[in-house]
Amino acid sequence: MTTTKQKSKLFGPKERRLLIDPLNDNNPITVQILGICSALAVTSLVYKAVVMAVAVMFVIALSNLITALVRNYIPSQVRMIAQLVIIATLVTIVELTLKANNYAIYKELSVFIGLIITNCIVMGRLEAFAMSNSPWRSFLDGIGNSLGYGIILVIVGIVRELFGRGTLFAGSPIQLNIIGKSNESVQYLIDTSHGWMSWYTNNGLLALPVSSLFIIGIIVWIQRSYNRKLVDVS
Amino acid sequence: MHSTGYIIKFTVILTLISGLILSGMFYATEPAARKNEQVFAKRGILTAIEPYLDKPLSQFSDDEVLDLFHTQMDQFVVNTKGEVLKDLKADDISIEAEFKKPAEARRLPVYVYKSKEGPITILSVYGNGLWDKIWGYIALKPDYNTIAGAAFDHKGETPGLGAEIKDNPAFRKRFIGKKIFDDAGRLVSVHVKKKVTDPAHEVDGITGATLTSDGVSDMLVHGIGLYEAFLKNKLPKS
Repeated sequence: MTTTKQKSKLFGPKERRLLIDPLNDNNPITVQILGICSALAVTSLVYKAVVMAVAVMFVIALSNLITALVRNYIPSQVRMIAQLVIIATLVTIVELTLKANNYAIYKELSVFIGLIITNCIVMGRLEAFAMSNSPWRSFLDGIGNSLGYGIILVIVGIVRELFGRGTLFAGSPIQLNIIGKSNESVQYLIDTSHGWMSWYTNNGLLALPVSSLFIIGIIVWIQRSYNRKLVDVS
Repeated sequence: MHSTGYIIKFTVILTLISGLILSGMFYATEPAARKNEQVFAKRGILTAIEPYLDKPLSQFSDDEVLDLFHTQMDQFVVNTKGEVLKDLKADDISIEAEFKKPAEARRLPVYVYKSKEGPITILSVYGNGLWDKIWGYIALKPDYNTIAGAAFDHKGETPGLGAEIKDNPAFRKRFIGKKIFDDAGRLVSVHVKKKVTDPAHEVDGITGATLTSDGVSDMLVHGIGLYEAFLKNKLPKS
């Protein structure tokens, strides 16, 4: 009896909502329109989008957790600066780790890893949630929001890479060439472009950051036509 | 409300903890990061001579790249008068820093790859693209005239357009076989043009990236020009 009660306390319906809400009803990108800058910049390749999403997940989840742990000790006058120090520390850890372990992707993401510090989603979650909730729930909220962010990033990345370059996961160990002509100097895991799909000519517009704005716009449109709760009736 | 003393204490402790963690992280990751940085730069150089390597560059491990530079690569530094500068290695030269000096005071790195067909000389060039800096490596065949390969990189050219100078291997390949000296022995370098009229010295540009192509062209004319004295010393006297 007690164990089930404790279990439901650890992961009850409220906690589930923390994880699921940001995926749809309260998505940081498509509903709150936050974190757009990095969504434009790092989505030219799916691999980049995934690495960015994981980096943001690490930063949001841990900064939420740490802030919630010390929330009662943070003086309200300097709370923003304290939050910023926590975020910046975590972002620098991500940056150093990437630099030492995957230099190529570190070069590709360049300033955008550092710019996670200014990503409004991170600070927004600390202010809106972690400052007034328990560490465990704040951690879940961080995971949920970064999943909501990451999902949009990966969707935009898939559209841009597939139609902009004809590949998927290029740069990662499992790169695939789906449509259009392939680049001979690269070894693909799967290359379907030599057969009937070779007619496709890569769309250069999708390689440019502006195309993400269109794609995010279309995602917002589709989401709102399915989810009436989001439509502003006034 | 917290007292001022408490706020100061809190911020000092928070900063100390964060500083300690980060400095520890930095010292732990720095050796690996520095090695990665070196290998990354060296892979850029090797891209220019990829056809001469035993296997595709992507199949070289990091240690193999460093090893190749130890065993099969000579490196030295020349000045614009063509004199070899003593006690300097090409690795020590930051071409970015040299670019800020007046042209005649620049030190120019030279790598020589000992290939089966003779020494392949690799020159470094640096210049301005459309948005930011671009740089590249030009490999010359043992006759010091024919281009054996080229590689380019950039800081911030537009993906899909200007960034093709790095991403599109077909652009690099267009340089192979071009001559940098004309029949009279004058250094004419290689130009990137919209319409190629002189196929021995001109390369087709990138559609939609005229300004980056022009930047590459200027970089090659200027950058190879700095090596003129060095190259003329090497040419067979006629």
